[in-house]
Order: sequence, then C-alpha cells, then structure tokens
Amino acid sequence: MLKKIFLIGNPNVGKSVVFSRLTGVRVISSNYAGTTVDIMKGFLKSGEEEIEVIDLPGTYSIEPSSKAEEVAVSLLKGSPRDEFIVINIVDSTNLERNLFLTLQLIEEGLPVVVSLNMCDDAKHRGVNIDIEKLEKLLGVPVVATCAITGFGIKMLIDRFKEAKPVARNKLTHRELWQEIGNIIEQVQQLTHRHHTLRELLEDASVRPFSGMLMAIAVTFISFQAVRFIGEWLIDNVSNPVFFKFYEPLLWKLSRYLGEESFIHHLLIGDLLDGKIDFQQSLGLLTTAPYIEFAMVLPYIVSFYLILSLLEDIGILPRLAMLMDNILHRLGLHGFAIIPVLLGLGCNVPGILATRNLESRRERFIAATLISIGVPCAALQAMIFGLLGKFSGFYVTGVYLVLFLVWLVLGVLLNRVLKGVSPELLVEIPPYRIPSFAILWHKLFLRIKGFLIEAIPVVMLGVLIVNILLYFRLFEQFSLIFAPVVKGIFGLPKESAIALIMGFFRKDVAVGMLMPLGLSIKQLFIACVLLAVSFPCVATFVIMFRELGWKDFLKSCAIMLMAMLAVGASLNFVLPH
Amino acid sequence: MKKINLVQMKEKQKGRIAELPEGSALRNKLMSLGIYPGREVTKVSHIGLRGPAAIKVGRSVLVIGHGMASKVIVETQC
Repeated sequence: MLKKIFLIGNPNVGKSVVFSRLTGVRVISSNYAGTTVDIMKGFLKSGEEEIEVIDLPGTYSIEPSSKAEEVAVSLLKGSPRDEFIVINIVDSTNLERNLFLTLQLIEEGLPVVVSLNMCDDAKHRGVNIDIEKLEKLLGVPVVATCAITGFGIKMLIDRFKEAKPVARNKLTHRELWQEIGNIIEQVQQLTHRHHTLRELLEDASVRPFSGMLMAIAVTFISFQAVRFIGEWLIDNVSNPVFFKFYEPLLWKLSRYLGEESFIHHLLIGDLLDGKIDFQQSLGLLTTAPYIEFAMVLPYIVSFYLILSLLEDIGILPRLAMLMDNILHRLGLHGFAIIPVLLGLGCNVPGILATRNLESRRERFIAATLISIGVPCAALQAMIFGLLGKFSGFYVTGVYLVLFLVWLVLGVLLNRVLKGVSPELLVEIPPYRIPSFAILWHKLFLRIKGFLIEAIPVVMLGVLIVNILLYFRLFEQFSLIFAPVVKGIFGLPKESAIALIMGFFRKDVAVGMLMPLGLSIKQLFIACVLLAVSFPCVATFVIMFRELGWKDFLKSCAIMLMAMLAVGASLNFVLPH
Repeated sequence: MKKINLVQMKEKQKGRIAELPEGSALRNKLMSLGIYPGREVTKVSHIGLRGPAAIKVGRSVLVIGHGMASKVIVETQC
C-alpha cells in the first residue's frame, strides 16, 4: 500500500515548489542549489487516504557528497520498498545532467515517476522534449509539469499508481553517461535562437571583470535598498501607528494604573519628563513592542525582500564564484558566502545552511565566523538606529571592523586547524525572473518565523530587565563585571547588563544602551562587542546541535577571546 | 592534440575530458555532474588569484575550484 512519496532530484530543480503544490505546505525555495537542508514533510490527500510526502535535499547522484545529501540517500534506502514511490523531479532545461540520477534511481529498483519540471522555461530556451519517447526509453511514467503555475500536478498524482520497479542492468558511471547520450539524441531537440539579453547578462556575470563590477553594483544597490525601504517603513508605517494610535491608548492605561504602582512599572515603565519614551521606558507594552515592531521589523521586512529577490534571480551562486579565492584563504570555499548572507538576516538559518558545506572543519569555521563576524538584521537595525543618528560614518565603521574581524579570524582558523579546505564545485543556475507568488510566500514565512522566535524572548528580556531595575539589582551585577567592562573596554559598568542581555536578544541589548548616555566611542565599542560576543540564545542552541559539544565549546572559547581582543584594541586605538 | 588542464584552457576553447583527479569521492562528484572522460567541455572563464574556473558542460555552467580544476585534464585540438 502506498504510504509515502519521496521527492528527489538534482539541486535547484524546483522540488520545494512541487512539494508545496502537492501538500499545500509552504516552504522556502530559491534559485540556487541547497535551499532545503532539512527534510520537509507534509501530507497529500487522495480520496480517503493521506499519503506522507517527503521533500529531500537535492542530490546529483545516489552516492552522497555532503551531509545534506547523505541524509536524503539514507532515508530513501532505509524505507520498506513496497510502501513508497519516488517522484524524480527533473529540470527539463537540463535534461541530460538530470537523467544521471533518474537512471540510478531506476537501476536501484525503486518505483519512480518522473516529473519533467520547468517545462515552460524549456520552451523559452528552445528545448523540445519528446515525452512519449522518453517514457518508453526509461520504462517509467513521465509527466510534464510546471510547478510554479501548477500545470501538470494533477496528472502527476493520477499516474502514481503506474510507478513500478523496472528491471535495468547496473551500469558503470561511464556507461550510464553513454546511455544518457543515446536517450538525449532520441528525445531532445534544440531550436537555435539568437542570444537574449538574459543570456548575455548570465555570461557577463561569470567573467572576472564584468562579474566583479556586477557584484559590486548589486551589493551596493541591495544595501541602499534595504536601508531605504526600512527607513520608509519606519517613517510611514510603524512610527505613525505607535505615536498616533498606540500612545494615546497607553496614556489612558497609565493614568488608570497610576504612575507609582508596580504594574505601571511593569507594563508602561518609567515616565521620562512625565512622558512615555518608547525607547527608554522599558515597559512590557512600551519598549518591548516598539523595539520589535518599529525599530527591527521594518528592516527585517526590507532585508528579506531584497535577499529573496537576489535568491530567486540566481545571483548568490555567482557571488560564490567571485568570492571563492578569498574564502579559500579562510579555509572555506565560495559557497560559504550563502550561509554568511543568510546570517545577515538571522544567524540561525545561516548556521543551518552550513550543512551544505562538505567537511566538518569547514562547517566549524563557517559557523564560528558567522556567530562572531556576521551581525543579524535585528542587531543591524538597532545599530542603524543608535549610531546612524550621529553619522553614517560610524555605521560603516562597525561593518568595517566586523569584516576585518571575520577576515583575520578566518585566516587564523585556517592556519591553526588541521586539514585542507575542500574545493568549490557548484552549478551556476540561469537567471530566472522571480515569481511574485513565491517571493511573497517566502517573505511571509521568514517574517512569521522571525516574529514567532523574537517576540517571546523580547518580552521576557524586557521583563527581566524591568524587574531587576525595580528592585535595584543591577548594582550587584555590574560590580562583578566592572573590571572587564570598565578596565578593558572603557565602558561604564552599567553596560555589563546590556552585554549580558545580548545573550537573549541583540536588539533588546542595544535598547538597554540607549538610556546610559554613552559617548560615541563607547557606543561604537558596545555595538561591535554585541556583534562579536556570544550570539543570542537561539543561535547557541543551533550551534550546539550542529557542531556537537566539543566543537561548540571550542567555538565559545574563540568567541570569548575575540570579544576581549576586539574590545580591548578598539578601546586602545580609537581616539576619545 | 595537446593535453592541458582546465585552468590552462583559454576562454571559449573547447576540449574533451581526458583524465579526472584521483580519489573516488571527488571523481564520483565530477562524474555525477556530467564531467566524465570523453565529454566535450567549453571553457567559460576563470577568476584570477587562484580563483575557480567556469566551464560549460552540455547545458549547464559549472564552477570548479582552482585546485580541482588544475587536476582535470582535457585534450584540445591546438
């Protein structure tokens, strides 16, 4: 009886989109290899029955070469044969390369249905495939699909029952490719067309000079766009909502509770000059929502909008190629740029994405570098808010310092750790025009994920600070850390609490710096330290899970040393 | 017929894969991506300072790190 459906295919053929179509579960998809690092599960309703659908990370063959691929293959081989079928999703614009995995799956004796995906794009590119003939040659059902629009999905479901193991001789790799050559000759016809603008751009993007120019332009424009959209949202959406609608409500509540009561302190916080100060009152209903919704969320939205666009167009693998020689000197290869970019949003998905890297050593270096040198969007938003008031120069300064730390630490780790850095081997996808619906779903999922993770921790963080403030417990705390904080970093001892708070949430921690009246130098050092020091608790949990406790402790030791070294040298080097 | 590696190939030059690097994991990965002895490839570009090489294999563009690319040998006409 059919209980399970496995979706398997090369990276970046649209497995996740097919998965969403079959199950209605929305998952993140992009235009590069390795978006899915986890196994996604969902259910397909077919009449009375519910069939489990499992989306496996992309793989080029059934001999795995990364941790993500290993998981896919072991799961497939571990299931009882008569209870599942395999949907092999194939990129019709690149049939030849995709057939390698298809034939391997059939050879293994698995019941396969082939979904010939992206059939619309194939037409655009002048690729014609004789589906009936392909079906005859492979001996398994082949269905043309276009998952983005939903074309062919119903047909695909209808043909599940035809999936049966087919007897096929096991071939060597070389014989397999010869066989594929024969099949391609019989089923595929290419119409020659003139080069389109898209193809010219694709070509220019992988050449050293033009590629580098394009990369610099894209980075610059993206950064500006994130700032512009973020600021626009703050000025036109979140600030009006908070000041025009929310504040009057809070005033009523404040009067009702009375300024002196504990509840008032808890919910509204301290009034400054008889007014609610959203940034400094530190109440559960004032500062907590203001930090999350008015200062951080607008930048989260704009960051993920731009990142998702870059992902779907197919820019990230091109950056991987251009960055390869630099990253090689840090013990990584070009593909490690993708976890770093994701980490700029939130360190958690960034560290999860290191699963696409081949060796344990590489994953350790990448995860450690992300947690130390890559500030998440929440922290960046607060740095914009805090330092941007003085001058953009300081904001740029923070980025420069962090980039230097990231570079120096990477070179050091590469020297110290035994082993070699593996080589980059990645496919450069064609540029694709992003689908609005997919972009929208992805943005929605990421923002939802952010809110679910951030809100409870922010509330808890503000609550703890609030209670500590009320009972004046900060004094004791700060005294313990005073020698380090004051002596080495040159910060007032009260900022120790903010640095510790950074362990919960970076944004709340920066919020706590605001009432302290720091000098610009002290603010600068504090912002850098918050980025360099321990990541937030969510990142910690993920690092522990991904690295194992031994490497995790090593990574923590490196973080502590980096924090001390960077803080001390900044304090020493920067003028007052 | 001349035997050179992927790094030495000139832009737009065509060649047939002659030898792959030793080591079964690496070999398997190259093989599964369609780089196998006898396959015709076209050099697209390569990035300086020991950067990677890009080659066109069939309909896909693959980027191969410098170290690996210098171990993939191709046969060219001239």
